[in-house]
Amino acid sequence: MEPKEAAGASREGLAAVELGFRRDERWIFRGLSFTVAPGEALLVRGRNGAGKSTLLRLLAGLARPAGGRILWDGAEIGADLAAHGTRLAYLGHLDGVKGALSVEDNLLLPGLAQSAAARREALRTFGLLPFAAFPARFLSAGQKRRLALARLLLKGAVLWLLDEPGTGLDAASLARLGEVCAAHRARGGLIVATTHQPLPLGPVRELALA
Amino acid sequence: MKNFLLLLRRDLRIAYRQGTDTLAALLFFVVAGSLFPLAIGPDPATLGRLAPGIVWIAALLAALLPLERLFAADLEDGALDQLALSGLPLSALIGAKIAVHWLTTGLPLVFIAAPLSLMLALRAEALGVLLLGLVMGTLALSLFGTMASAILLGARRGGVLMPLLVLPLAVPVLIFGTAAVDAVQWGLSPAAHLALLLAVLLLAALIAPWAGAAALRAALG
Repeated sequence: MEPKEAAGASREGLAAVELGFRRDERWIFRGLSFTVAPGEALLVRGRNGAGKSTLLRLLAGLARPAGGRILWDGAEIGADLAAHGTRLAYLGHLDGVKGALSVEDNLLLPGLAQSAAARREALRTFGLLPFAAFPARFLSAGQKRRLALARLLLKGAVLWLLDEPGTGLDAASLARLGEVCAAHRARGGLIVATTHQPLPLGPVRELALA
Repeated sequence: MKNFLLLLRRDLRIAYRQGTDTLAALLFFVVAGSLFPLAIGPDPATLGRLAPGIVWIAALLAALLPLERLFAADLEDGALDQLALSGLPLSALIGAKIAVHWLTTGLPLVFIAAPLSLMLALRAEALGVLLLGLVMGTLALSLFGTMASAILLGARRGGVLMPLLVLPLAVPVLIFGTAAVDAVQWGLSPAAHLALLLAVLLLAALIAPWAGAAALRAALG
């Protein structure tokens, strides 16, 4: 798998139809419908516990909705979850960084671009190149977040699902995240993000979870 | 296939960097096995008679030790989400973990079983069959154990439930594995027992990856 610039470019993008999720008998949300077109960014807002992270996990296909459908280019994502996984990059609360591995070895994961040049470029983008050979356990919380963002770049996915992407980032890294997101949208990529802090995403549509 | 090997290499690298899990299982195996001569006395005839059973049970219990962390570590730090979205089918992810468990626990156990068995006065001509049985047996344990590890993912106190789930599944493995060695010690052919052990192994290989994948899907959601 080589770096995939335009891999899985989308025609219609992402759509949620009457989406609902419940834990036991309590509905977290229901009847949620929205679309995200190529090049668009959707910012999900809501109080703590409103289901923002859950919504992202549903869109990633990690969790299954209790009602409604999620469509990619008009087809249900549940039909082929493995294929859906390759067209999206998911940044959760947890960075998925292995402290036992070096910073660069943390990027040797299935599904990521495997060229050393691409790896170093991604590390350079988020200012981690000087630490490439360090064990990742020496990284600070913000640096681990940046390593997770570097993984985002290497996935070459068209849909980015970002759960509080700015957590722990300094001002310079936050600005860099904004540039990276703008470039992704310019290529026709889609972004769905949750945040409580201001993110430099440019023009976005907002979705409020009650 | 390339993604599978990539994942395998990553997990082996992590296991190598933090070698405590592998080491703990091996030390447990040696220490537990060495306790038996102290408890039942050093008479070679008695020990040699019991040696296959001792080695098998100690190996069985030692193989359980690393199972609890097999998926839990990846679930806790978010790496499991990334692996689930890597395009690798979940059954292949389970397959990689089975291979990792066997390479870091099962295979080293087989190597250490040789000196341990001789120390327990096992007759030398039975050693080959014991080790051949252990190779198949530890593979079956890696299959059952990895499946159980995925099933117990997200369960509180999963480590306590692990032996309760895996040990009953391991009963046929234990029976055919020790019976094969007994057969040699009585001067009979072990072929039938080894064939049955192989059958258990193949059955486990048919079930474990798919059952594990279904359990993993549930744990992620």
